Amino acid sequence: MEAIRTKIDVFDRDRSPLAEQRETVFEARELCVFYGDQLAIDNVNIDIYRRLITAIIGPSGCGKSTFIRTLNRMTDLVSSARLSGQLRYRGIDLYGPGVDAVEVRRRVGMVFQKPNPFPKSIFDNVAYGLRILGMRKDLDERVERALRSAALWGEVKDRLGDSALGLSGGQQQRLCIARAIAAEPEVILFDEPASALDPIATSAIEDLMHELKRDYTLVIVTHNMQQAARVADMTAFFGLEVAPDESRRGVLVEYDETEKIFTNPSDKRTEGYVTGRFG
Amino acid sequence: MSEPVFSLRTSGRLRRRQLVSRMMGAVAVGAALLAVTVLVIVVVSVANRGAGALNLDFFTKNQPQGFNPKGGGILFAIVGSGVLVGIATLIALPLGVLTAIYISELAPPKLARTVRVALDITNGIPTIVIGIFVFTLLAKAHGQSALAGSIALAIIMVPLVARATEEVLLLVPTAQREASLALGVSRWRTTFGVVVPSAIGGIFTGTTLAIARAAGETAPLLFLTSLGSSSQVDANPLHPLQSMTLVIFEYSDQYDPAYQAKAWAAAFTLMCFVLLTSLSAKLALARYRKKLGG
Repeated sequence: MEAIRTKIDVFDRDRSPLAEQRETVFEARELCVFYGDQLAIDNVNIDIYRRLITAIIGPSGCGKSTFIRTLNRMTDLVSSARLSGQLRYRGIDLYGPGVDAVEVRRRVGMVFQKPNPFPKSIFDNVAYGLRILGMRKDLDERVERALRSAALWGEVKDRLGDSALGLSGGQQQRLCIARAIAAEPEVILFDEPASALDPIATSAIEDLMHELKRDYTLVIVTHNMQQAARVADMTAFFGLEVAPDESRRGVLVEYDETEKIFTNPSDKRTEGYVTGRFG
Repeated sequence: MSEPVFSLRTSGRLRRRQLVSRMMGAVAVGAALLAVTVLVIVVVSVANRGAGALNLDFFTKNQPQGFNPKGGGILFAIVGSGVLVGIATLIALPLGVLTAIYISELAPPKLARTVRVALDITNGIPTIVIGIFVFTLLAKAHGQSALAGSIALAIIMVPLVARATEEVLLLVPTAQREASLALGVSRWRTTFGVVVPSAIGGIFTGTTLAIARAAGETAPLLFLTSLGSSSQVDANPLHPLQSMTLVIFEYSDQYDPAYQAKAWAAAFTLMCFVLLTSLSAKLALARYRKKLGG
């Protein structure tokens, strides 16, 4: 029974021209996350591919954020969180013995829902990680490059010494992206990066994601379906399942190319969600 | 039977309830007024008696030698207090801040609670008890010294610094820690690179409050650093040194009114110092909290 479920859940890459050529970055197998006794996400099987944008969509409380936070071990910060199943990053068990969460996070960066620049200058925000990670050589150039990649350089180049808190919300979020890029990660996770931003700032972030895709693997959690449809190559739909004891858990309902998810989903629940009939 | 008249006016029981409510309100206001009045009376009476004896000499000269207590000042005690509180701060600041970091950033919740309770209990220990503890530990074998006094003051200050620091560390948004950790920065670098710098203003004001408290301490100093101290300026922490509070204690007990006047003047000076430092620290903390919260 379990085996059958696993087979159904994993997206069949052979029939996807998009995924076929791609290297798999993350591989989740029967991944469950618990908070204490509470099962938050149940039996997730998914492959996330290199240099694609993968969107995670679904209703509130379905475990989208929990899932994305397992990818860079931010779940470690919640003392009650526990995992079962397997999660491999480029073939290595992320939660295996000897794997250092700090090293994982250096390779898998993250941009959060609410822009969270440090109360430091614009320059120091980007340079912070570089200095600590020992990438002090050509600091100025690295900072400039990161700010350019985040499409922020032009707006801030004359006031790098000013406090980052004086920037607008959208600029702050791009600064956070620059800060993440500067550390030269391989993957960048976005946890609802535009939900606190206005439409213009949102569109700037989305354009930026298209640019970043050339160099990075991106995973984005969003509750905005249009956003997923606009930016993502692959989309995973997480749903809520109510167990007989009334407890709720997140499950991966469907995972496919974005176009398929939005135009011709295989699962009724996906269809209901993307057409706005529930959630 | 006529229809009952519909009315929204106060009547019967409600009138009584409102009366009780007004009375309780008046009692509470009275109690609050009394508390403030006591403070005002203390401040005014100390200022009244102390301000007259203040002059430049009081702050810049020492007690004249011999049997004439007139003139001169308490410079030696001001310097002594400075040395005592200064060394105590040097000990208590790092200990208190590190303890706070441990409770707020590193310790598992259960252990953090235990340490927090321990700090609160230490804060509640009568200072004379801390004094006698340090006395048996140090002064008995090595004699009285300002250093022993400073250690007692440091024990008094650590819980104050730690609790004040912890409070501001908790105000630093989790998002800041996450931002740093998500860059692949380790826990302790995050603490010292992001959390502590954000909280530095609060740590500073917390320490100032602890300094104000330590400057006013007398009990532990009485048997740790008073005997044989000189009434000339001395800054050697290995000697017993005088302090403002000890001067108040000793001079107020003297028959000569010139001494008593000096005791009042010293009391006034100390009170001003403590009031001003705690007030400005509290104001700074309030401003700082607003800034962090916003």
